[in-house]
Amino acid sequence: MSASLLDQAPAKVAPARFRPLDLLPHAVLVLGVLLLGFPLYMVFIGATWDAGTIARGNLPLTPGPLLLDNLAHAWTGTGGERVMHTPVRVMMWNSLVMALAIAVGKIAISIISAYAIAFFRFPLRMVFFWMIFITLMLPVEVRIVPTYEVVAGFGMVDSYAGLTIPLIASATATLLFRQFFLTVPDELVEAAKIDGAGPLRFFLDVLLPLSRTNIAALFVILFIYGWNQYLWPLLVTSSGDMDTVVIGVTKMIGTGEAATDWNIIMAATLLALLPPVAVVALMQRWLVKGLVDSEK
Amino acid sequence: MATVELRQVTKRYGAVEAIRGIDVAARDGEFLVLLGPSGCGKSTLLRMVAGLESITGGEIAIGGRRVDGLEPKDRDIAMVFQNYALYPHMSVFDNMAYGLKIRGLPKAEIRARVTRTAEMLELAPYLDRRPSQLSGGQRQRVAMGRAVVREPAAFLFDEPLSNLDAKLRTQMRLEIKRLQARLGVTSLYVTHDQVEAMTLADRILVMNQGVAEQIGAPLEIYSRPASLFVAGFIGSPPMNILDARIADDGRGLLLGGGGRIALPGPLAAEAGQPVKLGIRPEHLKPTAGPGGLSLTVELSEALGAETVLYGRLDGGQPAQLRMAGMPAHRPGDVLPVTADPSDLHLFDPRTGRRRPDTEQPGWAERRISAVS
Ligand SMILES: Nc1ncnc2c1ncn2[C@@H]1O[C@H](COP(=O)(O)OP(=O)(O)O)[C@@H](O)[C@H]1O
Ligand SMILES: [Mg+2]
Repeated sequence: MSASLLDQAPAKVAPARFRPLDLLPHAVLVLGVLLLGFPLYMVFIGATWDAGTIARGNLPLTPGPLLLDNLAHAWTGTGGERVMHTPVRVMMWNSLVMALAIAVGKIAISIISAYAIAFFRFPLRMVFFWMIFITLMLPVEVRIVPTYEVVAGFGMVDSYAGLTIPLIASATATLLFRQFFLTVPDELVEAAKIDGAGPLRFFLDVLLPLSRTNIAALFVILFIYGWNQYLWPLLVTSSGDMDTVVIGVTKMIGTGEAATDWNIIMAATLLALLPPVAVVALMQRWLVKGLVDSEK
Repeated sequence: MATVELRQVTKRYGAVEAIRGIDVAARDGEFLVLLGPSGCGKSTLLRMVAGLESITGGEIAIGGRRVDGLEPKDRDIAMVFQNYALYPHMSVFDNMAYGLKIRGLPKAEIRARVTRTAEMLELAPYLDRRPSQLSGGQRQRVAMGRAVVREPAAFLFDEPLSNLDAKLRTQMRLEIKRLQARLGVTSLYVTHDQVEAMTLADRILVMNQGVAEQIGAPLEIYSRPASLFVAGFIGSPPMNILDARIADDGRGLLLGGGGRIALPGPLAAEAGQPVKLGIRPEHLKPTAGPGGLSLTVELSEALGAETVLYGRLDGGQPAQLRMAGMPAHRPGDVLPVTADPSDLHLFDPRTGRRRPDTEQPGWAERRISAVS
């Protein structure tokens, strides 16, 4: 496939004439990268010096010697001048559990509901479809108070269950899978029927493998969505042991009397960045592969 | 191997009656082709046999066992779809093996069957490939292989060749014919292509708007079309259909607009009654004769082996004439034409059916002997 495309590519591309205007998009892009990259760079620099240097307000633009120390302190939750904070190790574990549970849960629930809506005829099918569709208009922020009521009623406050379950239902993912399922030709379903595959077999043997690329794409998006949750974890967790890294890092910022260990916070921030970056980096390669030898 | 019997099968979609009472029985090992224009209900009928579509009325039996009401997998059939419907994520091997796996056959047996079938269909080198890595013809063969490995009582084909280019279609047509003859499995084959039907079928069922117009061997249908629809549908270029009236003496036909043609036998019917007269283009001969007609050529299509002339008869009715070779006729030429009386087909213009009086001995004899 890719080989034949390469074969057909013109052997020689005529050299494009240089036009000054071509520089503009590049300039815009470079500016964008700098704007995005500079704060990240400052985080990195901050994580390499001691708290005093940052507090004095003359942070150099070159890395200092303390990166590993700061990372170690953040990771274990010791060594700051301030009151002890929850170790970043614990926070990251909480974040990881939450992000994975949300991503996997959302995918599992929505692929099953999309399967029902797209392939089965049952009474009130369209009613259910529209009910799911309408929940798009009710994001967490809108229904946060009643949701908290319910979660508290079930005694799930300050637990992984309370942290993740209310965020798992996903209309977006359901609709996405439904759209994909509608493109699966009827004949494929019928061929499977004649081969003797029941609904469950068809789902596991045919539909799930065909959805691989969609699942991978959704996983990336949903993992980051889960990792970055702020409002809901802030509300539903109270003990330090349940802090996610996004919450925990903000808690590390002092409120006035106490000194703020900015170097440790920056180190924690660096650590917090790693899992989403890793997921994107790893899955992106997989995604591209999935798209290249697409079978549909 | 088994018979496939349909008894008074009907199908209704809301107010639309897609199949209106079809009776047909495919004999054991027979190749039965369902032929008809798009939308006439061929696929619906086939899918009802497969169990992919419920039946509104009637009965379907395969191998003497009633199957309407059974799940597709329990009907002991295999189906080949127009777009192949291969599992895109499975290798050729797995595509063929999937049905057997579900049935719980032992691994060794599955491997043996798939390998044997793949060799028969010349697919052995491609067993590890995905469908997307195969050409159209190879995919078609995998689809057939998937049907063959199951060793079903009947094959069902729904326009399996219409996604292929003309050359490949001819080649695959031969392969299907050979395969079916070799395996001897009863086959129902849906197509709108009369050439496919004529070449593949033991018998053809010609369908029109949900009814069976005629069931018979290909040449029988060609030489004795049971209705105007069949007459016009089978044969290319199509049969000339002319308006005519029975002459006063009952021994000839007066063409609308002028001209008289003699009949092989006297017609009992009333003089002056209107009929539709069918003459195949190859049965109009460019020779002068008693009671002959003339054709004014409007267009000539030379195909090399044969030439088709388009023109108008004396009375102005359009007609086509087919001749062997490359005769040099130009637009404007006037040719004498005659037709052998036994090559005439008479239809009732009201019912569209072949006139029963043309089935009498004087009419039938020569034509039957011409067929066999
Ligand atoms: N699911 C359906 N609902 C309503 N009408 C249908 C359905 N399937 C087929 N039909 C109608 O039945 C008729 C026969 O269709 P089909 O069997 O697909 O024709 P063919 O295969 O001969 O082209 C058509 O008029 C079509 O519109
Ligand atoms: Mg069809």
